[in-house]
Amino acid sequence: MARAQTSLSPFNIAALALGLAFLYLPIVILVIYSFNASRLVTVWGGWSLRWYTEFFNDRAMLEAAWMSFRVAAASATIATLLGTLAAVALSRAERFKGRTLFSGMLYAPLVMPEVITGLSLLLLFVALNAERGFWTVTIAHTTLTMCFVAVVVQSRLGALDRSLEEAAMDLGCDPARAFVAVTLPLIIPAIAAGWMLAFTLSLDDVVIASFTTGPGSATLPIRCSVATPSLRGAKRRSNPAFALGSPKLDCFASLAMTGRDCCHFPLTISPHLPSGRRPCSA
Amino acid sequence: MNGRRIFTRPARLAAIAPYLWMVLFFLVPFGFVLKISLSQTAIAQPPYLPVFDPAQGLAAIKAALAALSLDNFRLLVSDNLYLFSYLRSLVVAVVSTSILLVIGYPIAYGMARLPQRWLAVAMMLVIVPFWTSFLIRIYAWINILQHDGLLNKILLGLHLVATPVVWLSTDSAMYLGIVYSYLPFMILPLYATLAKMEPALLEAASDLGASPRQAFWLVTFPLSLPGVAAGVLLCFIPIVGEFVIPDLLAGSNSLMIGQTLWLEFFTNKDWPVASAAAVVLLVLLVAPLLLYERLQRRQLEGNG
Repeated sequence: MARAQTSLSPFNIAALALGLAFLYLPIVILVIYSFNASRLVTVWGGWSLRWYTEFFNDRAMLEAAWMSFRVAAASATIATLLGTLAAVALSRAERFKGRTLFSGMLYAPLVMPEVITGLSLLLLFVALNAERGFWTVTIAHTTLTMCFVAVVVQSRLGALDRSLEEAAMDLGCDPARAFVAVTLPLIIPAIAAGWMLAFTLSLDDVVIASFTTGPGSATLPIRCSVATPSLRGAKRRSNPAFALGSPKLDCFASLAMTGRDCCHFPLTISPHLPSGRRPCSA
Repeated sequence: MNGRRIFTRPARLAAIAPYLWMVLFFLVPFGFVLKISLSQTAIAQPPYLPVFDPAQGLAAIKAALAALSLDNFRLLVSDNLYLFSYLRSLVVAVVSTSILLVIGYPIAYGMARLPQRWLAVAMMLVIVPFWTSFLIRIYAWINILQHDGLLNKILLGLHLVATPVVWLSTDSAMYLGIVYSYLPFMILPLYATLAKMEPALLEAASDLGASPRQAFWLVTFPLSLPGVAAGVLLCFIPIVGEFVIPDLLAGSNSLMIGQTLWLEFFTNKDWPVASAAAVVLLVLLVAPLLLYERLQRRQLEGNG
């Protein structure tokens, strides 16, 4: 692909440098302060792993982390299955009944304010008299994250050379066989990226989980935010280390850094990056 | 032989499971929100009346239907608290989206002009912040902005201010947090359209006598409008309903609608009013949502 050979102007360089500095400084500062020995966030007391040991000795925190992990793993797995199926349907079936509604339902949750999604799911669970806990949060996260998986996989499917599938069928495969033998291996990276994206989105979510969880099954972000004075108006500050900006919270930053696949994440935002080759017209 | 047509049937079958899931867990729940927004608050479990109970027969359901009313919506319209919340949400979303566009565009533009070998690095650098938890990034700002935080220390050290400035619990802190959190969502779609642009177009413009500035405003910017629309919608819609950032960074004297909804639901336990607030919020967002959905569909399926 031809690219502009124009050189960068000083303005371009300044915009890039300032933009990246803005994105990175806060994170770097927080990571450094998470190794601060001092209880006060602003006073530097030397390097220490104190907050990390405290985190790993806090039973409620660990239980919340375990809960988060289980919900994230379960919902990401279901979401990947459903999202991939949805992507296949949208990119390979040109017309079917209710297709517009289907794609609408898949794209809307990507931008839908979380308070609406959370509230509506909770009201459903209450009406169904479902016991709230692990499964309700998992279902809620699956509903949200399968849409992200669908978009990631769909953009990969769209960029795929369809003549490969056609060749397989010319050679005697039925469509299902051609899909499993040819298409699936080619979209596996996108499916894996979708799973990781779903996993981290679930791990990070606080709003939807707050609505759909029940007593005794708080996820880690809920546990951490309850520890702060303003969110949910709760005043459960059992340990001063939970105060605002607690370095402790960094622990779950590292948990969340499981790695959303960097090559595929932008695809959720716009599928037509220059690297995505146009499919040969069949 | 047309492979595309042969593939259609199994692909249709693939739609069944996700279709049912989304209808059950995305579409149907809105029905419940709508129904409860028409109900009355009650001290009961669940905390609203009437409750439909199919077991009690048709007459009971008719009576329950008759008990539905628009009272909650009247309350939303008559009480300034709600009107101000909606208004504030829209203002915050418009202002932050504008700031995001002004900051994000030059960054995306710079990325699009990077030589190929630097591109992957820049792309990576914009995306890596996604790897850290969203809450963590907000806490990082709280850390910096607090009374004896880094920002005040620097300002005091440079003798730019005499006393520490109050940053936390102000609108500026909230805007900072929103812009920080949504910046990649603005940069990436902008970058995607800018990078697709044919360099020959700019050459043609300059051959025809346009200055670089004219070429930008006459060629580059108009061609990047689809990216602008995608970035604006991708930021605007969720910001209107944003809850966590204003709750952690803004003051408590004026609330965004997401916060009001949360308060009604969790603190006041007024589920019907919270549902009504959600319905109105959804109505406000229908137009941008439809626009976004069309844009997304065209991008993903357009040339398929």
